[in-house]
Amino acid sequence: MNELLEFISNNLELIYILILAIFIGVELIKNVPSVLHTPLMSGANALSGVVIVGALLVMLQADPNDYLALGLGFIAVVLGIINVVGGFAVTDRMLQMFKKKK
Amino acid sequence: MSITLSIIYLISTVTFVIGLKLLGHPETAKRGNIISAVGMILAIIGTILIPEKLENDVIVPIVVPLTNYILIGAALFVGSLIGWLIAMKVEMTKMPELVSLFNGFGGASAMLIGLVEYGNNVGDAMQTSTVIAAIIIGSITFSGSLVAFGKLNGSLNDIRLPKYNLINNILFLGLLAFATYIVMMGGNNALLIYGLLFASLIYGLLFVFPIGGADMPVVISLLNSLTGIAAAITGILYGNMVMLVGGILVGSAGLILTFVMCDAMNRSLSNVIFGAFGGDSSDVGATATGKSGGSIKKTTASDSAILLNYASKVVIVPGYGLAVAQAQHVIHELELLLTEKGVDVSYAIHPVAGRMPGHMNVLLAESNVDYDKLIEMDDINPQFPNTDVVLVVGANDVVNPAAHNDPTSPIYGMPILDVENAKHIIVNKRTMNAGYAGIQNELFFNTKTSMLFGDAKSALTELVSELKNM
Repeated sequence: MNELLEFISNNLELIYILILAIFIGVELIKNVPSVLHTPLMSGANALSGVVIVGALLVMLQADPNDYLALGLGFIAVVLGIINVVGGFAVTDRMLQMFKKKK
Repeated sequence: MSITLSIIYLISTVTFVIGLKLLGHPETAKRGNIISAVGMILAIIGTILIPEKLENDVIVPIVVPLTNYILIGAALFVGSLIGWLIAMKVEMTKMPELVSLFNGFGGASAMLIGLVEYGNNVGDAMQTSTVIAAIIIGSITFSGSLVAFGKLNGSLNDIRLPKYNLINNILFLGLLAFATYIVMMGGNNALLIYGLLFASLIYGLLFVFPIGGADMPVVISLLNSLTGIAAAITGILYGNMVMLVGGILVGSAGLILTFVMCDAMNRSLSNVIFGAFGGDSSDVGATATGKSGGSIKKTTASDSAILLNYASKVVIVPGYGLAVAQAQHVIHELELLLTEKGVDVSYAIHPVAGRMPGHMNVLLAESNVDYDKLIEMDDINPQFPNTDVVLVVGANDVVNPAAHNDPTSPIYGMPILDVENAKHIIVNKRTMNAGYAGIQNELFFNTKTSMLFGDAKSALTELVSELKNM
């Protein structure tokens, strides 16, 4: 319990950011028309690929002789960047179709 | 932390917020997507060029061996190529499963990061908890998304173990207890962590398997939200702001989107997850057929063409059947032909038409249907009484009057398109099978309804050629 309280007081800034970010996320999405739900979901999916940054950090920090860390990191980077590139590209393709006819 | 990197991350975070905001309006959506993509590229480049690590709560610069850089370059190249190719090649009808697949990859990435970092953070209970949370959430998202992917492309069926809800809940509690035990134990025990990984993967499978195919969009949105949370947790682990804020944004946005989707179907999230209706069509459908009694009226393409030709107002109700048959181009041709003949044609779009909210709009936009012709449910419903012909193509549950007048129906209370108010209704379906919700539709037995059986694409093509001859 004490450890938890200590964690909260040490990370107060973090907790503020967390809560405010949650509210922003909710407010941004709340009033989106349903026509855009699929592209939005796809776009949000691309953003969740930000996990790639963590995968990059794993590889940057790995000892060149630590094959396990390098190997797992390699796969993590590949999967993460597929999520990012594929996600943004596919969202763009979807939105391309919403262009009005001249 | 290097001030340059901090600023880069700050810019990226802001682009994510602006991007999400712009994605919410049809005119700005494309720009929004590009803005977020630029932010993401910035964050990736910044991370690589200014390598840092968290050490004793302080972020310090590190020197990265050349081997690592080469490997990173290779991984980025291979992954970008794969992602790009899949994204460009896939057909628009396959959109939902693709989002699910990409999402699974993101989850797997978080899971792998957790696995690597477990050994590096022995002794710190808070760090260990973060790592373990990343592993659990990442692997549930990974295996769950793969099941959702399989279900959407039809290679997996619903599997329901007896008492699956009980089993799943017990497994989930077990998972939490197991995780707590590992944190309490401290130490570095590879066997335990692989056990936890395995259990989480199994839970992901069991979690999604019983959920009906019609509810997959809700599940994908939920899993998408979970990937965001996994990314945020990994962000805490590295003291990395862009991961933290970006992850939380996706987490909360995904969750809200999940609720919005449930809302459109008039279901609660727990009903979707634990209710599991929507797969078992065989027996439910059979009893409902008996109840509806009545007989159906079959029609032919030429009769339907005559009906459409002399109508002054026609509303088309597209459903998933249209998407499956790839009939979005033919329907547009039909629309143009009718418009040329002076018929007022519009499309009625139910919020959950297709397999994802907005999916139908994407499909119709692909075949160049005018954005203004797509009319949302609340705006089109009052227009049905003065509509001459409604053409329902491959839609079922979204036009089922049972939602209004049968309290025992599982879809009772779901907002529907009130097509039964129109003067004539033509329903194109492949067979009399029940819809995705697994219930029979009394609309088909209505005296105003005529059934045009056949695959949407061939039936519509026939309809178009009949109309051309008139």
